[in-house]
Amino acid sequence: MLEAFTEFFRTLAEDHPRWNFIFFYEPRQWARIVKGFQHTIVLSIACVFFSVVIGVVGAWMQSSPSKWVRRIVQGYIQFFRNTPPFVQLLFFYFALGQFTPTVTGPDGWTEVPLVSNIGWAIISLSFFAGAFNVEIFRSGIEAVPESTQEAASALGFSRLQTYMDVVLPLAFRVSLPALNNNLVNLVKTTTQAIAIAVPELLYQSVSIWSDYPSAQYPTMILLFLSFIFLVGILVLGMSRWERAMRIPGYGG
Amino acid sequence: MSQPAWTEDQPIVSIKDVHKSFGDLEVLKGISMDVMKGEVICIIGPSGSGKSTLIRCVNALNDIQSGSIQVEGQEVNDKALDKLELRKKVGMVFQQYNLFPHKTALENIMMAPIKVLKQDKAEVEKRARSLIEKVRLQGKENAYPGELSGGQQQRVAIARSLAMNPDIMLFDEVTAALDPETVKEVLVTIKDLAEDGMTCMLVTHEMGFAKEIADHIYFTDRGVIVEHGPPATFFEQANDPRTQEFLSQIL
Repeated sequence: MLEAFTEFFRTLAEDHPRWNFIFFYEPRQWARIVKGFQHTIVLSIACVFFSVVIGVVGAWMQSSPSKWVRRIVQGYIQFFRNTPPFVQLLFFYFALGQFTPTVTGPDGWTEVPLVSNIGWAIISLSFFAGAFNVEIFRSGIEAVPESTQEAASALGFSRLQTYMDVVLPLAFRVSLPALNNNLVNLVKTTTQAIAIAVPELLYQSVSIWSDYPSAQYPTMILLFLSFIFLVGILVLGMSRWERAMRIPGYGG
Repeated sequence: MSQPAWTEDQPIVSIKDVHKSFGDLEVLKGISMDVMKGEVICIIGPSGSGKSTLIRCVNALNDIQSGSIQVEGQEVNDKALDKLELRKKVGMVFQQYNLFPHKTALENIMMAPIKVLKQDKAEVEKRARSLIEKVRLQGKENAYPGELSGGQQQRVAIARSLAMNPDIMLFDEVTAALDPETVKEVLVTIKDLAEDGMTCMLVTHEMGFAKEIADHIYFTDRGVIVEHGPPATFFEQANDPRTQEFLSQIL
């Protein structure tokens, strides 16, 4: 079965040189795709997670009684929202990366940076998407009536408890559609990590078609389909979550 | 600055010469009243007379500019006040119910005792179920606020407050948003409470109800208490022309 499959693509490449699906019959190229896919998934999951955490914490800090805390959050949002994520990535890796300490690598004699290029990609993209998430959650929080929060404080809830148990669960429901959009964008933006040589799917694809120009169209098709698949899973998960959180008799 | 311990023969809520402004607007202009344990007092008066503001000051939802409010001998208008301690003693029910819409009726009641008082979940649930029964909402334990009528929501809100075992209950125009048929079911619930000996401070427009359950009625207008007394004398022999005018419009 598998043999017939690889044989089909091998013959296809021989008969039509532009359609060289090399990764379907050459194990080394397939391994590259798998590795790239793994990195893309790791990047996506880590960035989605940390950007949501940044969004939740940032939105909480935005309602802080301290003027300075609010200003710092505002400054952070303005910086990361108004500059290109690509430039941010380069800045994190090439500028900040120079100042991070190094540790001895796994081979025992080379020095490697404490934060790897994958680490910098995760940090940079999480802060980028996190800035938008703060704004997304803030708009959700503003939709929670003041009177509901007042009821919580009349019951003795602290500010943090009110935020975690009352405001956030309600704000989340309002924010989900906008959050959905931002996370979809984030998953697609992980391809920028190619610029700092993170071996994710785009990096591996470009490597393949540099080595085998005849594989360019097939690899591009694979790239598109892979992201349609990945984003599809994310959207499906988000809409399931949205449905699970729907409250009878509340909202739309 | 330790105060002598509060004893039950002293007022449970003692309000003295309270002034409160929102910006330039002075809402309370020197209000004083004492409430004894187990007493039910009703505050009536035209809209904007400061009734709601006054009871919101009792559990520190609003702060005051001058004067003093003591609950069980503890000064409320004190920067160092532990608001949690105060709010354990003072329950509050709002005009718009303000239930947590993402929690069922039972969860609404259980949330504060578990999260704030850190009580045992099983024990809280038992108490919550008996409170549901007390406010006559058996069968609605798992309904969300959006699935309940206004009157039912308000009774859940009352049960939610009671779950904290407060010593005093504040009711801020709790029937004002309800349709006439459901007003009664909420009033019956409050009456049960009052009969059980709960100290209650109510802001209300339900004169018949005030007359029936109040031990003492206060009439406020433009930030001052114009007149007060037990219902029998208050309704029959109002002296002040403002009270007379108000009562003639309402009754």
